[in-house]
Amino acid sequence: MNARSPWFVCGVLAASLILLFALSLCAGRVWTPWSAWVSGGADPRGAIIFGLRLPRTILALLVGGALGLSGAALQGYTRNPLADPGALGVSSAAALGAVLTLYLGAASETGWILPATAMVGAGLGMVALLALAGVTSSIVTFILAGFIIQTVCTAGISLALNLAPNPWAVDEIVSWLMGSLADRSVEEVRIAAPGVILGSLVLLTQGRALDALTLGEQGARSLGVGLTRTRLSLAIGVSLAVGSSVAVTGVIGFVGLIVPHLLRPWVGSRPGALLWPSLLGGAALTLGADILVRLTPAAEEVKLGVAMAALGGPFFLWMLMAMRRRLA
Amino acid sequence: MSEGLLAETVGLSLGGRLVLDRVTTGFRKGELVAIVGPNGAGKSSLLSCLAGLRRPDAGKVFLDGEIVAAIPARSRARAMAFLAQTPEIAWDVDVRTFVGLGRTPHLGAFGPSTEDAAAVDLAIATTGLGDFAARPITRLSGGERARALIARALAGQTDWLLADEPLTGLDPGHALDTVGLFRQLAHDQGKGVIVTLHDLTLAARFADRVLLLDRGCLVADGPPGQALTPQALAMAYGVRTRTHKGAAGPLIEILRRVD
Repeated sequence: MNARSPWFVCGVLAASLILLFALSLCAGRVWTPWSAWVSGGADPRGAIIFGLRLPRTILALLVGGALGLSGAALQGYTRNPLADPGALGVSSAAALGAVLTLYLGAASETGWILPATAMVGAGLGMVALLALAGVTSSIVTFILAGFIIQTVCTAGISLALNLAPNPWAVDEIVSWLMGSLADRSVEEVRIAAPGVILGSLVLLTQGRALDALTLGEQGARSLGVGLTRTRLSLAIGVSLAVGSSVAVTGVIGFVGLIVPHLLRPWVGSRPGALLWPSLLGGAALTLGADILVRLTPAAEEVKLGVAMAALGGPFFLWMLMAMRRRLA
Repeated sequence: MSEGLLAETVGLSLGGRLVLDRVTTGFRKGELVAIVGPNGAGKSSLLSCLAGLRRPDAGKVFLDGEIVAAIPARSRARAMAFLAQTPEIAWDVDVRTFVGLGRTPHLGAFGPSTEDAAAVDLAIATTGLGDFAARPITRLSGGERARALIARALAGQTDWLLADEPLTGLDPGHALDTVGLFRQLAHDQGKGVIVTLHDLTLAARFADRVLLLDRGCLVADGPPGQALTPQALAMAYGVRTRTHKGAAGPLIEILRRVD
């Protein structure tokens, strides 16, 4: 595939985002055509658009963008196309932080505790990841470190469920863990937005360092790139973005893995040029998937996290087959 | 004398083993220096200390009077290019993008300038990679890839070029081209070029000066004829050698192991 200018790729993705945005405001259990938008307060469907769908849509953009961008940054740093916040255990760590809050019943008291604990969880996950993987940052040590973190955090979440004092707490935790954008309001947008935006801005500054890392750690250092700062920025950026996303939507996997992987050939494999497209692409994928999920022909809609996981399996299969073809 | 690159009683231990033992030497711009020595003698360690990528445990390295390890990373990268022994190429970028990575320490806030683009073009032309500029780096042959790596180092237009075994895996023709290029960079462009080599004949023929390392110690330092004596080589490598007068320069023949 021919590499194109990152701006061209961004333009295409932004255009598709605008279309999806409009579609997202229309689509759902109740179809709200254009006439319902312009009627102002006269049409009751206006409330659906502005009260329900607009926050949900904005949240999909924020969370999807955060996951896509974090995936691209982690893949660039680890020089590993299989890295993403989910696979490296960062999402699980954020989820553990949030679950402990839900478990202790502290979440209902003030709104910011849940995102704060999720961000702290994600931050600890990132620190543990970088510490466990060490300075070698070989692919195997990174995957292994991520696996360890994920195992430990999943065990912690299971333990919380296991010991939960009442069935409502279990129910709340389980339905939150599956990851969804349903029934989110302006309140959730307000909780997620600062962390996602701040974290994304931090990650977007790391393009040049990620490019230099194409030559490995020693190569990057010989080009004058300070890797301590890169590591710190990555830890802060991913913790803020992923932590505040997980706090409001639960765990939504695979976005951070699929999006950079699909877009990489379009920007000529340059990791720094992949950041903006992955942000836009992650937002588009999440929003598109959420629109489909809303149209589930059943009483209970399919959770977005579940739909993504169902998408992830075949994607991995396809990657495996492509890899085998290349090696054959 | 504060001009140039100076190593002053540099010592380095790795994992409790002394890999460099009080190495003192100096380099000037405009000369090609070859560092030779048996495997594990400390060639790569010395080179990475000189490049400021490793902080010596003892002694200091100075670049024009400043301690290398204390120079801000970006300024140091603008002064010295470093070519690693087994360079990692993580992503399948095209050759032009790859060579452009060498401009990293020069990039302004708004990405590559026309000056950056010109430097990349020049580096590609110097290494004869013009036909491959748009090709993905993984689709190059070993020799072409080695040239792309050198082009990456040249793109920075640094005063110093430090290369760790740049001839590994090159056929005799490409090895000759590469050493010839290094010599030309030193003599015609006035760069300070320091390379570690295993090929003693090429070192003897092309280098202005040869450093012989043996178990972390600098055992010989001078023009090839004075540094690469049979006695010194026997001590360092444990082999008997004889230097012949070849058609193009000295030829160092390896005879047998020292008994």
